[in-house]
Amino acid sequence: MARKIPKIAVYKFASCDGCQLSIVDLEDELLEIGQRFEIAYFMEVTRAVKKGPYDVGLVEGSISTPHDVELIKSIRKDCKKLVAIGACATAGGIQALRNWASVEEFSKYVYAKPEYIQTLEKSSPISEYVQVDLELRGCPVNKYQLLEVLSALLAGRKPNTPTYSVCMECKRKGNVCVTVAKGIPCLGPVVQAGCGALCPTYSRGCYGCFGPMESPNVKSLASKFIELGMDKKDIVLMFREFTGWSKEFREVDRLIEE
Amino acid sequence: MSSQQKTYFALDAEMFGNIIDVLKDLGYTVYGPTERDGAIVYDVLDSAEQIARGLYDEQSPGRYKLVKKNDKRYFGYVVGPQSPKYVLYPPQHLLFKVRKDGKTFIPQSDGKKIAIVGLRPCDLKAIEILDNVLLKGPYKESVYEALRKDAVFIAVNCVEPGNNCFCTSMNTGPFAQSGYDICITEFLTDRSHVFILDVMTNRGAEVVNRLGCRNATAEELDAVSRLMEEAKNKVRKRLNTENLKDDLYKNIEHPNWNEVGNRCLACGNCTLVCPTCFCSSVFDKSSLSMDVAERWGLWDSCFSIDYSYIHGGSIRQSIMSRYRQWLMHKLATWVDQFGTFGCVGCGRCITWCPVGIDITEEANRVRG
Amino acid sequence: MKAKVTLENTQTLEVEVMRKCSVEEVIKETPDTYTLMLKPLDKKEYNFVPGQFNMLYAFGVGEVPISLSGDPDEKRLIAHTVRIVGAVTNALVNTRKPGFIGLRGPFGNGWPLEKAKGKDVIIVAGGIGLAPLRPAIYYVLKHRKEYGKFFFLYGARTPNDLLYKKELKEWKSRFDMDTFITVDAGDEKWTGNVGVVTTLFKRIRLDPDNTYAFVCGPEIMMKFTVLELRNQGLTDDKIYISMERNMKCGMGLCGHCQFGPYFVCKDGPVFSMDQINRFFGRREV
Repeated sequence: MARKIPKIAVYKFASCDGCQLSIVDLEDELLEIGQRFEIAYFMEVTRAVKKGPYDVGLVEGSISTPHDVELIKSIRKDCKKLVAIGACATAGGIQALRNWASVEEFSKYVYAKPEYIQTLEKSSPISEYVQVDLELRGCPVNKYQLLEVLSALLAGRKPNTPTYSVCMECKRKGNVCVTVAKGIPCLGPVVQAGCGALCPTYSRGCYGCFGPMESPNVKSLASKFIELGMDKKDIVLMFREFTGWSKEFREVDRLIEE
Repeated sequence: MSSQQKTYFALDAEMFGNIIDVLKDLGYTVYGPTERDGAIVYDVLDSAEQIARGLYDEQSPGRYKLVKKNDKRYFGYVVGPQSPKYVLYPPQHLLFKVRKDGKTFIPQSDGKKIAIVGLRPCDLKAIEILDNVLLKGPYKESVYEALRKDAVFIAVNCVEPGNNCFCTSMNTGPFAQSGYDICITEFLTDRSHVFILDVMTNRGAEVVNRLGCRNATAEELDAVSRLMEEAKNKVRKRLNTENLKDDLYKNIEHPNWNEVGNRCLACGNCTLVCPTCFCSSVFDKSSLSMDVAERWGLWDSCFSIDYSYIHGGSIRQSIMSRYRQWLMHKLATWVDQFGTFGCVGCGRCITWCPVGIDITEEANRVRG
Repeated sequence: MKAKVTLENTQTLEVEVMRKCSVEEVIKETPDTYTLMLKPLDKKEYNFVPGQFNMLYAFGVGEVPISLSGDPDEKRLIAHTVRIVGAVTNALVNTRKPGFIGLRGPFGNGWPLEKAKGKDVIIVAGGIGLAPLRPAIYYVLKHRKEYGKFFFLYGARTPNDLLYKKELKEWKSRFDMDTFITVDAGDEKWTGNVGVVTTLFKRIRLDPDNTYAFVCGPEIMMKFTVLELRNQGLTDDKIYISMERNMKCGMGLCGHCQFGPYFVCKDGPVFSMDQINRFFGRREV
């Protein structure tokens, strides 16, 4: 039975290209991916572009300019399935730090002629503008999760990308909890698994690049951090990193005061 | 121990390493307590050198700390974050492979025989409970069965129970009653440092015969009896188990469930450190070529929302209901399912809960 | 997680983990629900009791619990009624030769058909809940003389969502059973009852001491059906319902299907109300 070879497109918005590189980093599987998929649009890899529509679009980066808004809408029309990949595309990314400040102020300091800069008030995840079929978290995404999505697409199954906490992966790995044993603040209990508990494996706290898990109890964990001696300002900063603009982490300052 | 029908053996502490060597000679892969990243974990031991010495643990809700003392005690600490299920029922295991033509393949056993040294009485009881769940029903869990079948357990009595231990309430410790091949009591004074060995099985005898033990003296046995009495009194945390099941069933709508639900992170740590929590999930993997697919088993937790997923949405949406499911299972429904509590009083869930939720306190609040 | 999926990198033994079946026939019941007639390729006889279920596996996609919906006396082909709600059910319905479906089972208990002998029986089904009840209907009709009165109440969302239209017609035409069918919302061609299934209870009079009830459908439908049955005087020991929980292993080993003290997969899925009334209908149990 001859299968139709699915066409993939990979797009980039405001981001560092790290997630796209994770695709290229799938060295062992890259040849086979090339056989099973038609890489139809992937500017990071090749200038050869094949016309849409595409079976699946992988989108890296956050929406931060009026031009982005138009582009993502047309991409949505071109792609049967749209997968947002990485912290920028799923939570607005580190650049969403500006969402709490005045973007005009920043522009003045960064650009000689800020009047030429067209930018939006906020850096937003893809899902703020178009329907997203699947989100792959992480800064960058985990390449094995990427591979899982591609394999699942071919098999017609639901990708196995769990939504529970990092702690689940950390404990399965046999790690010793850094918070309990060493008093190191770790966002693991409220952050979604998928990284293989990378940071705690190297004895440091999770800094949340995979964003909130399915039912993050931000308030309770923040109270724990206060107990560990952190001050409230630092706790807010800890949540406001790569996925700080995610709905659940955005309000950490209010939750702490409650 | 005063009954003298049995012979108890004594082994000089400096000879303790022989146990590991003998087990290895007998073909066992030996797991034992060793220090890693500030805690005592079970790991494969090549020699007794790797067993932590002079280390003591301080445990309280949400906190664990190792303290180094200036002595040579082997087992100054109690249980760490890993339980024997980590060894006997691995967190992630291949169940089978399927070929496109429908032929199925299971992983071939590598014939590995496991010995675990340093198991605490609560953990022995936990293994007994896991046996009940995974091997005594109409179906057997084959991964667990293969590893469990020939495993040898060298237990250690707890002469220095921890702050989160409540084994006396669950009737599981601080001394081993059954389920071991050899049970050791460490006896350390200014003058002497010996291990008193109690041998339960032929497999245990096979090991002891090669160790070069002498018989324990009456004096030593008396001293051990005294240690036991003292240790029992050192277990301070309590859970009144009288009518516990019925009290919990009656209070399934108690307001405290909401209160603890506000603190609970639903992170799943308690279930993964619990020595009896057996829930596992499966996931299917397929190759890009679609020639072969695999199914894997994976430790799961009732604290994840997908755990109760049915078409139309998960049954247990709120964190409150997931905590309730867990505590009710441990202390009430387990009794109806398997005839014992699903809790052995090891205190791991209390220590390793990042926000220090204490199952004994929550159970009492709900009853009160 | 990292290792590539191949047959090479693990020492393996060929063992039959599930029975390989071919799909002999696919019957479209409603726009999203199909009955699959499976034939085990090992040609061994397949036996089950009404109310049991199988775990069905679609190659590379996954496995789901599916009720056995056929005649328990039919040993050659095994009927399963599947509603497409996700990737696995979609793959199952679309499996064609030479593809296969893996089958494990049967699992669970069944309806207490022996116990109900000599008594009246009422069967109440909602939507796809009729699937695990159809084998019980076949059984009662085949052993008709051994039962008293036989009531059958069935409700679906719309006329389009009614399963087994041919059988429904036949059952309605029989004089040895009282069949009542309703839909939540009719269409221009529908001339039958409109309303939820519990509205049918005013049409019947049960003999409370002498009747067994078998109920299957969405939990909310079962909750209100149980109330109607109690209204008619049935005690909880005579009311049986089939529960749904997240069944993954079917063997009581994975824990997911727990409902109070029960593992739905091995202690159920059929429970009498007096077994479960402490938990049934409570939120999030």
